Amino acid sequence: MDLNFTPEERAFRDEVRSYLAENLPEYMSDAVRSGGELTKELMEEWHAILNKKGWLATIWPVEYGGPGWSPVEKYIFEDECCKAYAPRIVPFGLSMLGPVLIKFGNEEQKKTILPRILDGSDWWCQGYSEPGAGSDLASLKTRAVRDGDEWVINGQKTWTTLGQHADKIFCLCRTDPDAKQQEGISFILVDMNAPGVELRPIKLIEGGHEVNEVFFTDVRVPCSSLVGEENKGWTIAKYLLTHERTGIAGVGFSMQSLEEVKALARTVRRNGKPLAEDPLFAARVAQAEIDLEAMKLTNLRMLYKAQQQGAPGPETSILKIKGTVINQELKDLARRALGPVAAPFPGHVTDGNLMFGPEDTANNAARYFNNRKTSIFGGSNEIQRNILTKTMLEL
Amino acid sequence: MDFSLTEDRRMLQDSLTRYLTEQYPVEHRNKVAYDLPCHDHAKWDEMAELGALFALAPEDAGGFGGSGFDINVVFEALGTTLNCEPVLGALMASRLMTKAGADQEALLSGATKYAFAVSEVEAPYDPAYIECSAATSGDGHVLSGRKTSVYGGQVAEMFLVAAKLDGKLAVFEVQAADANVVSYPMMDGGGAAELLMDGTRAKLLIADAAYAVQDALNAGVVALCAEAVGAMAVTHDTTVDYLKQRKQFGVPIGKFQVLQHRAVDMLTEIEQSRSITIKAAAELGGADATRYASMAKNMIGRAARLIAEEAIQMHGGIAMTWEYPISHFAKRLIMLDAQLGDTDFHLTRIMNALKAA
Ligand SMILES: Cc1cc2nc3c(=O)[nH]c(=O)nc-3n(C[C@H](O)[C@H](O)[C@H](O)COP(=O)(O)OP(=O)(O)OC[C@H]3O[C@@H](n4cnc5c(N)ncnc54)[C@H](O)[C@@H]3O)c2cc1C
Repeated sequence: MDLNFTPEERAFRDEVRSYLAENLPEYMSDAVRSGGELTKELMEEWHAILNKKGWLATIWPVEYGGPGWSPVEKYIFEDECCKAYAPRIVPFGLSMLGPVLIKFGNEEQKKTILPRILDGSDWWCQGYSEPGAGSDLASLKTRAVRDGDEWVINGQKTWTTLGQHADKIFCLCRTDPDAKQQEGISFILVDMNAPGVELRPIKLIEGGHEVNEVFFTDVRVPCSSLVGEENKGWTIAKYLLTHERTGIAGVGFSMQSLEEVKALARTVRRNGKPLAEDPLFAARVAQAEIDLEAMKLTNLRMLYKAQQQGAPGPETSILKIKGTVINQELKDLARRALGPVAAPFPGHVTDGNLMFGPEDTANNAARYFNNRKTSIFGGSNEIQRNILTKTMLEL
Repeated sequence: MDFSLTEDRRMLQDSLTRYLTEQYPVEHRNKVAYDLPCHDHAKWDEMAELGALFALAPEDAGGFGGSGFDINVVFEALGTTLNCEPVLGALMASRLMTKAGADQEALLSGATKYAFAVSEVEAPYDPAYIECSAATSGDGHVLSGRKTSVYGGQVAEMFLVAAKLDGKLAVFEVQAADANVVSYPMMDGGGAAELLMDGTRAKLLIADAAYAVQDALNAGVVALCAEAVGAMAVTHDTTVDYLKQRKQFGVPIGKFQVLQHRAVDMLTEIEQSRSITIKAAAELGGADATRYASMAKNMIGRAARLIAEEAIQMHGGIAMTWEYPISHFAKRLIMLDAQLGDTDFHLTRIMNALKAA
């Protein structure tokens, strides 16, 4: 047993760290630290910076423009990005569609689509969920019907994250309504600007706009928009859901949150002393820290196993469940630390100069509420438990 | 023993709940709650006409209630409809004015809106650490300091301000027009203000006010607990309805036992919360009022978080949306913990009593 990274891995970490120190613009890390919504321009600019270095498509093979990293190197890169408060890489094109095309796409699709993901020409979004098909994704109803050399699409997707920025959407559509649920689904690419596509914003609990409804009325796309085989879309969906699971614990983001909570505990003064000296609050932080410390190792153990076996196993559902719970607890602590001064609606205070708490804390309550999503999406924590029940416990 | 409401209180509860449900439903509330002034003048007047404010003060102070149970009735009704009108400020101010023997007709009729400025950035919960100070000036007083999170302060014409006078806690009247009032809507709806004073003219209301301030805070705590009970009950009912309606995998999700049991746990916590709130209401004004108020607020802080988080989780994505009312109930239930002492603050008080015993 050796918990140390290899000398090569440590050297890699140094390389990433100094790269970030030189190339991550301060205005970006400030924006990330403040916890507000990031602009499209900012995210695109960060992608462009990473792309120049060849570090954007972290999980793509070298031949398609990836850096060829091992899972551990990818982990180190993400860890350092979190420490530096770099913007998150928008996953839809890079972590979702990219790997799907590399595995299931034809040469033409790989040649035309992958470079446009890398250079930012196309912003992709994910069209899986529907109003009636959430956890039970296979019950989706959006129809695609073959008409000559086109698909005609009718139906509705929802919860489409950052669809407002998107040029394209990859959709799961029902192509054989008579087959068994999972066997009549196809994976189809659609241009958001095609006639008949309509996007409506959904306002979230904290007031932000990050998800949308997308409606399809007689939308026509060429037959070449099908990825993989007709009626085999479920295989692709499953591949996607189980493929990119190593970052799922969000350890780096929880470390950020823990540091923020600790800083608050030291700076917030309550009843004549720093909050850190309140034993109840200190106990809450300490407990979260212990959970996170264990989670770091749980994450690395599963990463190691994935590296040995070549693919992550079903036990990564543990990372999703516990990782999101720890992060949600830390977001709760940040809001709790501020107490009533976390209450003002961000950006709505009439005297903009008035400080309510330590710097960068204005969005804490909003972040707590927004973050409730993490135990719902990407397979809810209940669904993850069902997976573990079946696969690990065989009950 | 009798856990039923008196005839008068039942009538108030019915009329207020009916009025709010019909005339001030959550959809309207959400239009009012998130933009200044976070207040609907006409509806406020109508609520006052129904007795929502008169019920908060005893008869000898011009009201027709004033007990913990009256407060419960009013605030539970407010909680079930998520009402964001500044009743909490009116309640705490009324308690202080009753103690001072001041005329509060204008407050109880709703004509003049009052707010109680007690919290400070570094002393959000415990009035013992208040730093805002008073000085004599001519034949009156002036106040200096910042008050934070003054609930209802965004529309108050009159502030009752807790400040130190010669090292002792006192309560003053400050006209809104004389101070710098910075208003804002809150994350969970409803308004508040920061009160910035610098040699601001003030009129002494209560000189030795530690007891009166604690009583006002205890009443406020009972009110918040009752509001939470109302909001939790609606949140739970709505969640259970949703479990029956929402189908996934070909069955209503309420058929999944894991969700059934969690819905039962929510119910259990709501019943416990209701009980401790009744106890705190019964003790209000008595020798042990502070202790039971703290017990109630501690439990409510824990229960409300559970109800809010579980309601969102068990709904799935829909409860993450602004459009669906439960998201607003959840925000209220969470943010309410940081009003007048959070769950840790009140737990500490019970812990300290253990040491003293
Ligand atoms: C902010 C946000 C962003 C999202 N972004 C995207 C996106 O970009 N693209 C996309 O396609 N989707 C996206 N989603 C959708 C997300 O994947 C779904 O919300 C998720 O699959 C859950 O579906 P649902 O909301 O319909 O809840 P439901 O499936 O209706 O679930 C409701 C509750 O029932 C529970 N439940 C369901 N089935 C079972 C069971 N068998 N056993 C026990 N409990 C069960 C759930 O866990 C949940 O608690 C997003 C969602 C959110 C909130």
